[in-house]
Amino acid sequence: MTLDKLEINKCATIKSLHCTGDLRRRLLDLGLVNGTNIKAILKSPIGNPIAYEVRGTVIALRKEDSKLIKILN
Amino acid sequence: MITLLLLLGNPNVGKSTIFNSLTGLHQHTGNWPGKTISNAAGTAKFKGKDFLFVDIPGTYSIMSNSQEEEIARDYICFGNPDCTVVVVDSTCLERNLNLVYQILEITNKVVLCVNLLDEAKKKGIEIDLDKLSFKLGIPVVGTIARKKKTLNNLMNSIYDVCSSAISDDYLHIDYPDTINSAINIIEDSVKVCFNNHYFKNYRWIALKLLEGNDKIISSIENNLNITFSRK
Repeated sequence: MTLDKLEINKCATIKSLHCTGDLRRRLLDLGLVNGTNIKAILKSPIGNPIAYEVRGTVIALRKEDSKLIKILN
Repeated sequence: MITLLLLLGNPNVGKSTIFNSLTGLHQHTGNWPGKTISNAAGTAKFKGKDFLFVDIPGTYSIMSNSQEEEIARDYICFGNPDCTVVVVDSTCLERNLNLVYQILEITNKVVLCVNLLDEAKKKGIEIDLDKLSFKLGIPVVGTIARKKKTLNNLMNSIYDVCSSAISDDYLHIDYPDTINSAINIIEDSVKVCFNNHYFKNYRWIALKLLEGNDKIISSIENNLNITFSRK
């Protein structure tokens, strides 16, 4: 499953990032590495972006980016 | 002679509050990320030594994306500070340590300032500062930015680092074997290129060349006055 499909208030573990270059670097720097626990916590009114809790902080991701993140739940 | 100190860390960890307390200035602080958009500088005197503090915009990484992060990166990599103070949020230490490692690859004159200890305590988080210091191999000081006494400990550590002898030893992160051997090969060529250059951290240059990020390579060329040929 990919991260954009994770329901609000559900937790999952990051399995892999399917992107390269600057975006990959950015996601890694924000702490999204393999094995990281992540929880979907808020949806914006139109459903994009979605806010996630990662390593004690909340970050919002666009759908086109969260689609590139594979998760296990 | 004035001693140059850089104050940096992730966004919203209290850098500007620490900066203000130490320099007595009133740089605008606020509880939101991205508040400091350019560098502010202020001076402080400690044990008869003059220190110039530069408050750097918050950054998650030195592999920058935004303009603020680029300012931060150029300062960290090429500003040649006497000491770099990395401020981290003790309530989410783990995600802050990424930046700490990136800094430690560039410079060995680092003091880690674990800030917001009062917030951590409220959340029931306890941090073993001695162990952290042992693992990272750098001085670690716990602070509560609004409490002057804790900042005094910070100044003491900074003073010690600035007074210690300069070493050419940098943190070696153990990358997978293939990467390590590639770094070693490039490092040897870099050493030849950088003969007599004031910048001595060849391994870091090799690492960035291997990473192949054009923005950082151009920045190395501009700031260190060197040219790499491109194919």
